[in-house]
Amino acid sequence: MVLVLAIGDLHIPHRAPDLPAKFKSMLVPGKIQHILCTGNLCIKEVHDYLKSLSPDLHITRGEYDEDVRYPENKTLSIGQFKLGLCHGHQIVPWGDLDSLAMLQRQLDIDILVTGHTHQFKAYKHEGGVIINPGSATGAYSSITYDVNPSFVLMDIDGLRVVVYVYELIDGEVKVDKIDFKKTATTQSAH
Amino acid sequence: MLPHGDDEEKWLAEGIAGIQHNAFYMHRALDSNDLKDALRYSVQMLSELRTSLLSPHKYYELCELGYLFDLACSECCLCRSWILMCFFSGDWEDMRAFDELRKMEMFFREETARGTISVIELYELVQHAGNILPRLYLLCTVGSVYIKSKEAPAKDVLKDLVEMCRGIQHPVRGLFLRSYLCQISRDKLPDIGSEYEGDADTVSHAIEFVIQNFTEMNKLWVRMQHQGPTREKDKREKERSQLRDLVGKNLHVLSQIEGVDLDIYKETVLPRVLEQVVNCKDELAQHYLMDCIIQVFPDEYHLQTLETLLGAFPQLQPTVDIKTVLSQLMDRLSIYAASSIEVLPEFLQVEAFSKLSNAIGKVIEAQVDMPVVGAITLYVSLLTFTLRVHPDRLDYVDQVLGACVKKLSGRAKLEDSRATKQIVALLSAPLEKYNDIVTALKLPNYPRVMDHLDNGTNKVMAVVIIQSIMKNTTCISTADKVEALFELIKGLIRDVDETQDDEIDEEDFKEEQNSVARLIHMLHNDDPEEMLKIICTVRKHIILGGPKRLPFTVPPLVFSALKLVRHLQGQDGDVIGEEISATPKKIFQILHQTIEALLSVPSPELALRLYLQCAEAANDCDLEPVAYEFFTQAFILYEEEVADSKAQVTAIHLIIGTLQRMNVFGVENRDTLTHKATGYSAKLLKKPDQCRAVYACSHLFWVDEQDGIKDGERVLLCLKRALRIANAAQQMANVTRGSSGPVVLFIEILNKYLYFFEKGNPQVTSSVLQGLIELIKTEMQTDGSSDPSADAFFASTLRYIQFQKQKGGAMGEKYDPIKI
Repeated sequence: MVLVLAIGDLHIPHRAPDLPAKFKSMLVPGKIQHILCTGNLCIKEVHDYLKSLSPDLHITRGEYDEDVRYPENKTLSIGQFKLGLCHGHQIVPWGDLDSLAMLQRQLDIDILVTGHTHQFKAYKHEGGVIINPGSATGAYSSITYDVNPSFVLMDIDGLRVVVYVYELIDGEVKVDKIDFKKTATTQSAH
Repeated sequence: MLPHGDDEEKWLAEGIAGIQHNAFYMHRALDSNDLKDALRYSVQMLSELRTSLLSPHKYYELCELGYLFDLACSECCLCRSWILMCFFSGDWEDMRAFDELRKMEMFFREETARGTISVIELYELVQHAGNILPRLYLLCTVGSVYIKSKEAPAKDVLKDLVEMCRGIQHPVRGLFLRSYLCQISRDKLPDIGSEYEGDADTVSHAIEFVIQNFTEMNKLWVRMQHQGPTREKDKREKERSQLRDLVGKNLHVLSQIEGVDLDIYKETVLPRVLEQVVNCKDELAQHYLMDCIIQVFPDEYHLQTLETLLGAFPQLQPTVDIKTVLSQLMDRLSIYAASSIEVLPEFLQVEAFSKLSNAIGKVIEAQVDMPVVGAITLYVSLLTFTLRVHPDRLDYVDQVLGACVKKLSGRAKLEDSRATKQIVALLSAPLEKYNDIVTALKLPNYPRVMDHLDNGTNKVMAVVIIQSIMKNTTCISTADKVEALFELIKGLIRDVDETQDDEIDEEDFKEEQNSVARLIHMLHNDDPEEMLKIICTVRKHIILGGPKRLPFTVPPLVFSALKLVRHLQGQDGDVIGEEISATPKKIFQILHQTIEALLSVPSPELALRLYLQCAEAANDCDLEPVAYEFFTQAFILYEEEVADSKAQVTAIHLIIGTLQRMNVFGVENRDTLTHKATGYSAKLLKKPDQCRAVYACSHLFWVDEQDGIKDGERVLLCLKRALRIANAAQQMANVTRGSSGPVVLFIEILNKYLYFFEKGNPQVTSSVLQGLIELIKTEMQTDGSSDPSADAFFASTLRYIQFQKQKGGAMGEKYDPIKI
């Protein structure tokens, strides 16, 4: 069992002062093997905080990030899965799943983690799975109204990934889970 | 006069030799039951101990020799007592000797019980001892037995003993003697409920005895100060310090007497003790004893005798460190107050606060040379006290702060780091107590104290305040409070004086400003009018921050304002009859001016992003001209200020992405803006970037919503243009590098064609797609070096097409003509 945290669009301190306390108490160091951060942290303090949660931290650049050296996109393998990371402001129309599917095909990955819309999404299409962990702080978005703070934890086990989404709704943390299976071919999932 | 180092070692060695020599003969005499000789040799031996040549410590070493006490294990009790008594003619401290005396006491008790000798006779007998010191020790020991036997009232024996001890006026010997007396008498006092309780009023005798012993001991102790030459003053003080607990023990005994209740303490004990403390006029004694009184007697007594106790302070020697003692007192009372709710009314009843406050005032006034840190420390203790005992009395809290301000005013800004540390402690205390900055904001003297801090510490305090707000997630909800808060933290908000140091650490500065940014999110009110006032107040302050600070403080304010706009959006229309200023239009005006300030930094990229955010918000409010204006500003920035090619790529995609979502524009405005967007896309520096931006523009002409624009032709125009650019890129690569160019661009464009094909753009036909597929295949085959990622991309695209074909239904039909 490999735990991968997908998190992003915190927009600290431009749009939010801090992570919700309930999230902070859940995210403890040493439990998560990898972190995929979609971007828009925006400051070094947040980077350091994420780094403290897990040494294997991957970040892609959001348009408000203080550090402009983060890559536009990133790919990596975890277990049997190929994952890709991209903030998403580069893909027009924003949040359009077909356009994001194109990026997925281009990067040749099973799971694409992307952000920018501040809205949680877990979408399966022909080429694989698109996951948007939303905004971990519930930051203001021009695209989404009434943003609830959310993040995603993926449990990768063999050819199966269980996606847990944690959402803070009216002060309570609600959890939901979705199962995805990859077919055992050498090519991307169908 | 006390010797030093080497000499002492020599004397010690000589002393030990002398003892061993005489001890040998004494033993021999004892073995042959020759009491007279034994005594003679013992006296000789022990006269080594009469030496004044050794310091207390070395003397102790001499006596430590265990076998000396073995010598005292002779059969004859009297011999034993003689030997031991000879010990005490020296200057030394040895509790073990007192233990030996206890053994002797036991022996005496056995003998008198057995009837060998009566107690009274024994009492008489020991008074014949030649040397006064041993005589008195023996007397006390027998006295103990006497009291225990109850053949005489305890009070009489004790009175006798305490007065007899006057015979020893040598300070150290006297102290030890009386200390011994104190020790043996403490369980034999005629206290209430004790077995030695006599007739009525014996408690007063017990008290009298202890106080007398205490008084005499203190006199002896103080006398030590004046013995010897002035150059050895420090050494004497050190030695006195070592002996202080001997004196203090008496106070301890007093506190343990059952019969000493509050009244007696108030009427008799405290006044008498204080009298001695004040009259002795000795700095060391006064400091120690005041401290002792406070430690030893119960806090409720202190509360009830506060006036008397505090009244003694001004009468003490000016060099006494009163503030430490006062602080101790206040700390104890604070803890007492915290111990239970029931004691609090007592504090009010005795007016503890005003008494303490006055006392402190008097002390500070009297001690003109007291350094500032001393005064502040006192106020910190008083404040801690006040917060524990009278937390609801903000006027008291403010009073303490006010006294501080008074002390600080008229001086230059503080530079003493200890003093500033204390002031930070002073200011942090109310924050921690109330967990609410709003309460602290109500204290008029709070900002005045802050004004007296130097810039560095002022900022430190400001950060402490912000951290307190963040920690407690306090929400500051009115413009007035925001105003007061920003005044408090003004050191962070702007350069307070012209001579602001440029040496400030960049990291620290960033942290500071980021905390101000976070703070802005804590300022909120659900009422739009009030919220707008808050926004304007914040704006007023941060605008003075200068180019260094604006990039940090403007974004959070902008988003705060955008949230308000959205909130107003939700509310429907106009409230009839009311004059509202909180309208989206008004807010957009403020936003415009605020973002404009970023140009002075200059931060064009950030400003561009914020303008686009505002444009989207204006779109959602149906304010076409406002949205257009924001787009204009964004484009101007793009044209004039964004020079970096990488930054341009991001910026143009942000413009395209935002524009794509706009539905408020009429045809003309829309055309102007899309034309500009596509134009700039084609002018990016690198061909691949151009290509991608141009095909992104295709989405400007197709919005997949009910009333969305669906201009198939212009979509196709964009895609074709993208293809041309891709071709050009190919050719350029051939010419300049001899290799093939970015084939991947074609595959990307193909995917875009598929997108619009699926959406039903009539201009995108299956034959167009087929042509493009063939083109790519050709390109990839003629390609010398293959790009694996391009291959994979093409493969997955073809897989997708296959998947769609196999879907069946409408989609399957659509895709059917395409052959792969």
